[in-house]
Amino acid sequence: MAFKVTIDGKMAEVPEGTTVLEAARMLNITIPTLCHHPKLTPFGGCRLCIVEIKGIPRPVTSCTTPVNDGMEVTTSTPQIEDLRKTVLELILSDHPNDCMICERAGDCTLQEMAYIYGVRENRFEGERRTYEKKDGNPFIERDMEKCILCGRCVKVCDEVQGVGAIDFAYRGFQSKICPPYEKDLNCEFCGQCVSVCPTGALSGKMWSRLGRQKDVKEVDTTCAYCGTGCNITLHVKGNDVIRVTSKEDTWNEGWLCVKGRFGYQFINSPDRLKKPLIRITPKDQSNPPFTHFAKGGHGGITRSQFKEVSWNEALDHISGRLTEIKAKHGADAIGGLSSARCTNEENYAFQKMIRAAVGANNVDHCARL
Amino acid sequence: MASLAAIFGSGAMTNSIKEIEGMEMIFIIGSNTKESHPVIANRMIKAYRKGAKIIVADPRRVPMVRFAEVFLNLRPGADIALINGLAHVILKEGLDNKEFIADKTEGFEEWKKSVETYTPEYVEKITGVPAVDIIKAARLYGSSRKAGLFYTMGITQHTCGTENVNAVANLVMLTGNIGRESTGVNPLRGQNNVQGASDAACLPNVYPGYQKVDLPEIREKFEKAWGVSLSPRPGLTATEMIPAALEGKIKAMYIMGENPVITDPNTHHTVDALKKLDFLVVQDIFMTETAELADVVLPSTCFAEKNGTFSNTERKVQRVRKAVEPPGDARSDLSIIMEISKRLGYPMNYKSPEDVLVEFGQVWPNLAGITYQRLDKDGIQWPCPDKDHPGTEYLYKEGFPKGKVRFTPAAYTPPAEVASEEYPFVLTTGRNLYQYHSGSMTRRVKAIEAHAGEPYVEISPGDGERLHIKDGEAVKVTSRRGSIKIKARITPKVSMGTVFIPMHYSEAAANVITNDALDAQVKIPEFKVCAVKIEKK
Amino acid sequence: MNKRITIQVCMGTGGMAAGGAEVLATFESLMKEKNIPAEFKKECSMHKVGCRGLCARDVLVDVIAGDNRTTYQYIKPDMVQRIIDEHVVAGNPVSDWQVTDDYHKFHEKQIKVVLSDCGNIDPEDIGAYIAAEGYKAIDKVFNAMSPEAVIDMIKKSGLRGRGGAGFPTGVKWEACRKAPGDRKYIICNADEGDPGAFMDRAVIEGNPHAVLEGMVIGAYAIGATKGYVYIRAEYPLAVERLKKAIKAAGERGYLGKNIFNKGFDFDIKIKLGAGAFVCGEETALIASIEGQRGMPRAKPPFPVHHGLWGKPTVINNVETLANIPYIIKRGPEWFSSYGTEKSKGTKVFALTGKVKNTGLIEVPMGITLKEIIYDIGGGIENNKKLKAVQTGGPSGGCITGDMLDINVDYESLAKVGSIVGSGGMIVLDEDDCMVNVAKYFLNFTQSESCGKCVPCRIGTKRLLEILDRITKGLGKESDIDLLLKLSGDIKSASLCGLGQTAPNPVLSTIKYFREEYEAHIKDKQCPAKVCRDLLTYSILEDFCKGCGACMRACPAGAIKGEKKKPHVINAGACIKCGSCFDVCKFKAVSRG
Repeated sequence: MAFKVTIDGKMAEVPEGTTVLEAARMLNITIPTLCHHPKLTPFGGCRLCIVEIKGIPRPVTSCTTPVNDGMEVTTSTPQIEDLRKTVLELILSDHPNDCMICERAGDCTLQEMAYIYGVRENRFEGERRTYEKKDGNPFIERDMEKCILCGRCVKVCDEVQGVGAIDFAYRGFQSKICPPYEKDLNCEFCGQCVSVCPTGALSGKMWSRLGRQKDVKEVDTTCAYCGTGCNITLHVKGNDVIRVTSKEDTWNEGWLCVKGRFGYQFINSPDRLKKPLIRITPKDQSNPPFTHFAKGGHGGITRSQFKEVSWNEALDHISGRLTEIKAKHGADAIGGLSSARCTNEENYAFQKMIRAAVGANNVDHCARL
Repeated sequence: MASLAAIFGSGAMTNSIKEIEGMEMIFIIGSNTKESHPVIANRMIKAYRKGAKIIVADPRRVPMVRFAEVFLNLRPGADIALINGLAHVILKEGLDNKEFIADKTEGFEEWKKSVETYTPEYVEKITGVPAVDIIKAARLYGSSRKAGLFYTMGITQHTCGTENVNAVANLVMLTGNIGRESTGVNPLRGQNNVQGASDAACLPNVYPGYQKVDLPEIREKFEKAWGVSLSPRPGLTATEMIPAALEGKIKAMYIMGENPVITDPNTHHTVDALKKLDFLVVQDIFMTETAELADVVLPSTCFAEKNGTFSNTERKVQRVRKAVEPPGDARSDLSIIMEISKRLGYPMNYKSPEDVLVEFGQVWPNLAGITYQRLDKDGIQWPCPDKDHPGTEYLYKEGFPKGKVRFTPAAYTPPAEVASEEYPFVLTTGRNLYQYHSGSMTRRVKAIEAHAGEPYVEISPGDGERLHIKDGEAVKVTSRRGSIKIKARITPKVSMGTVFIPMHYSEAAANVITNDALDAQVKIPEFKVCAVKIEKK
Repeated sequence: MNKRITIQVCMGTGGMAAGGAEVLATFESLMKEKNIPAEFKKECSMHKVGCRGLCARDVLVDVIAGDNRTTYQYIKPDMVQRIIDEHVVAGNPVSDWQVTDDYHKFHEKQIKVVLSDCGNIDPEDIGAYIAAEGYKAIDKVFNAMSPEAVIDMIKKSGLRGRGGAGFPTGVKWEACRKAPGDRKYIICNADEGDPGAFMDRAVIEGNPHAVLEGMVIGAYAIGATKGYVYIRAEYPLAVERLKKAIKAAGERGYLGKNIFNKGFDFDIKIKLGAGAFVCGEETALIASIEGQRGMPRAKPPFPVHHGLWGKPTVINNVETLANIPYIIKRGPEWFSSYGTEKSKGTKVFALTGKVKNTGLIEVPMGITLKEIIYDIGGGIENNKKLKAVQTGGPSGGCITGDMLDINVDYESLAKVGSIVGSGGMIVLDEDDCMVNVAKYFLNFTQSESCGKCVPCRIGTKRLLEILDRITKGLGKESDIDLLLKLSGDIKSASLCGLGQTAPNPVLSTIKYFREEYEAHIKDKQCPAKVCRDLLTYSILEDFCKGCGACMRACPAGAIKGEKKKPHVINAGACIKCGSCFDVCKFKAVSRG
């Protein structure tokens, strides 16, 4: 069933169950919000999205109010704007306001709201909550003094991730979002909470101080881990990937896992191979060799068995040896293993090389492993 | 995946991930979705929040069990018995989709006989799953006509992997839960571009687009397209190349971006084989355990340093974009391949990765409509035969390529190795949430290493108590093939008699002990079951 | 000993605290000792009964011989012997310990409906309730009335929710009955949290079956199959009695499957609250039952459409439900014969503060405040001047001493900026500082805010801070305007009733006692001499005898002086605790 609704004089027809906020956004009418997130259930905590509805005596939150047929909504009146300003001042009266050193400066919804409403003086200065930062986990930085208790992290953790690692605790001014018994965060570290946090309260530890949003170039690409193929955005500063995010309008709705969001540091790893190498000492024929395996195969010990060579030398050497072996043992004595980590184009070219240039069908990849 | 292709026509997910939220019934078997495919699990949770019922069948109490209506905690390797048991109950209660069976399938009557003996009581004996739960699950899946079935390596990495897939497919056909929106069978791919590597024919028996090398007309088509004569003989699979190397039949290998020393079963065997090669080229981004054994090591680029496309588990071709310059002299894999090919006398003249995709689309119509320009905002799911085709969200909307699909009886056979007096535990392997595959990427992420940098073996509290093994204590896990030292993690995630080791850690490489016995048809090793003993250090 | 004797000992929480259990035990053992036991069972019975209101006089004991009821007050175990000897055995009531006239006066102006059986029947004995016409209403409803007829009758009675908002109960039931849903719930809200309020506790402790009966009738009317009593864990006695009552009602077939063979199933579960004030708010209460943190959500949708587990749910207050059986039995006209045009029936109030007779009272709606305070309450303690009456607890407001003729009903109180609320009524005299009163309530609401919405979480904190600085002499001239502005914004912008009403004590005290605020801010004086930071203590030389009492009492060592010579307070060291003022026998310490 479609409902007719008039917002600021503009008419829209929306399906039953549409909220006033959603209807306004369909009409390109901006209503300020802090706690609302389109992928999460409405919360109604920040009170910025209040509007006037004809026939209802008090202002109501547009994010929680479903449209009724014939509803008439006004999104901005002097009284509404005045209330919004009070709310913002109240939030800012309990906020460190240290934007100059905040990771999220320039990319912070609260900062943006303060800018729009021109909050500089604060009528409601008073006590601020102060907390000790005591998280030991290596992924997520929680600066609860910057937390505005919008509840997005709590909701995303429960509704989307199904974990429920955090919730509201305590009451009144001392209300706080924390893990049970204020223990360290111990969860799946998907970082969904970081992605929905409208302020600098939650951020990734590994990108702390590496660059704010205005300094990065964003490159949209596809995650290189599991087969889900989440759309990710690499944040590049200089020649370094300093952060990974995912946009809300991607098919994966902006959700990632711990690997996708926090597992990018291998790109800039000092262990990366930088030059072609040719073996100079014979292979150790003893068995087993595993005792010397470093974590993840850094290969520090075996590096000395190789020398760095130019590309031409390496490529000539390879083509020479392969040609020799093919001549001696036939093409079928040569096999190629390709990789699920490589692109379609590379895999296509690889099998074509084995089939067309070498002349064998011995080509496979790790689909079975 | 090949087994599934043999049955329905394609080995890919029949649904798209988005469709999961519309499913009313989700059956997860042999997939630790929450840890191996976390974002797909998010969709399942979304469906759950909308009222979908979830069944989880797994030897381990995996995290998705939290959302399960029924948890079928089966013994490792008993999948066929369980699935046949479900089919038995569905038939007995008349929940089968008679219309679908009559219109779209063949071999039903014969197959039906094959599940007659799988009564819930009999299946309980084999699987350890209570008969009441089998009946409950059968009713849930059987009475739904909007059900999605999901599996991964927990189904395929067995000596009976092909039969496992057959059993799964039979269940799907029995209920007709395929070929509609939010309804289908969905193998989840473990790696970012397994789908693409398979599509591109890094497979020994087919050319790009699963076109058989041993069919002359196909070979002629490719000889014409590539301007060269091609070998008519199907090649060896990865798991066959290793023994062939040991036997001296394979003399040289070119390995691009793979680390078989860690990811293949029976590591000793793999190392011996690679050392025996006359010549080994490894092209990778790190000095992997495999690269250490190479004669030439070539530095290549990672996903952030190149342009191209990946195809995900739902057949969606998506863009990979270059964000940073590669380190040192590292070059893109494509440019290296072109250089080698040229030197071998077969120059490839691609000006950009896009040229390759264009050629790919010319030899395989399913990609013909996909261009980089169309991929700019969103990916496209193949089949996409022309430029105006929107892509295909779910397969078999218009029926199966073969017309009718066939029920193939699958009989329960015990795993190649079962627990014995000497090796009383069943070891199963897999992934954890934090690390990825051989760990060459994730283990270089400091935060991940700090949080999950240590190998462990999961032991049930009951077994821990019995063997006086405490949480965190070092133990020795030994199979007929080797042994590793590793820390014990006492957890109710595993049941008594079963232990689990994640595959990622080279310092306690699970594949030192796993069994390299292969599935006879698709040559997948039995990573998921082997017999081990556990001793206190 | 020729008459049938009944002994009733008040054992509500008040009675228990005063030693009711010991008194009853002493009666029991002494009567055995006195060789009365042989006849005890036949001739004599003893009961514990619930609260009858005047808790200040506990332990209250009735000795009923035949038709003569004698009530004793302030009874301690060591007084039992004499009552037995003189009254029970010899038949001569002990006149020294009997209640006085004001006890009777306390009850005279009251009209007890909900409380009618409280204090008269043993709440732990379902037989006693049945003997007092209990469960007759269920009988009538199940045998002679359709659910719609029940709803009609409740609508006609004019009963409005006694929890505070005053929403018509019948209308609420009707909305829930009409709401589509395969399952419906009825919840009894016994999460009484206003400071100083104990109406619901007393009703459950004194007559739990009336509440259950009301719930069964409500369930029948709306079509609910399951009920919850959400009660705070801090009410152990009430919980205990409720448990016993539910068990007994189940055994008698008033609860459970197929009640009265009419194919109607209804069960009641007790859900203990953890003492969060906000859980009295309907949606927070529902969240709490569902196992979530008790946080309200925006309405609509209202619980009657989307309540517990998403199903249509009616939530009624204890007193509301306890009214139901009486309305059914006696008819809506009887009920609406009490009260005013829009506020029908009676209302229970917890009368506390500076009034002589503190306790629980039930009065017809529309009674004047004067009658409550002077006739029932016996006037102001120590004959001080009445300053104000605070009604409605932390959500309410003040009525000043010169508005005593006001009728106590929903509309009249709302007109002057206060509310009936759940029934708290605190009497304030000239010694109470109104800024401090506002601060007290703000402190309460602030620490009970759930933290969800900004105006309530931070706004009430800022209100409290401003009030605090005013009481400390640090107020600014602009503070009153800031209080008014912020209060208005909090009322407009808060999510739930807690925040929307939290500023009421501030607004109402400013409205009627602005000059007190101004005195604090401009003159740095607290007229009621309550705000410690604004007080100065000095010793009046002329009156000081140099006894040294103040010096010994001073915890800060701020008083010096030689014996028999006037002492002196060192203002710098004085911590303004008032010990010297309290201890001086010669009124030589001045406070100002």
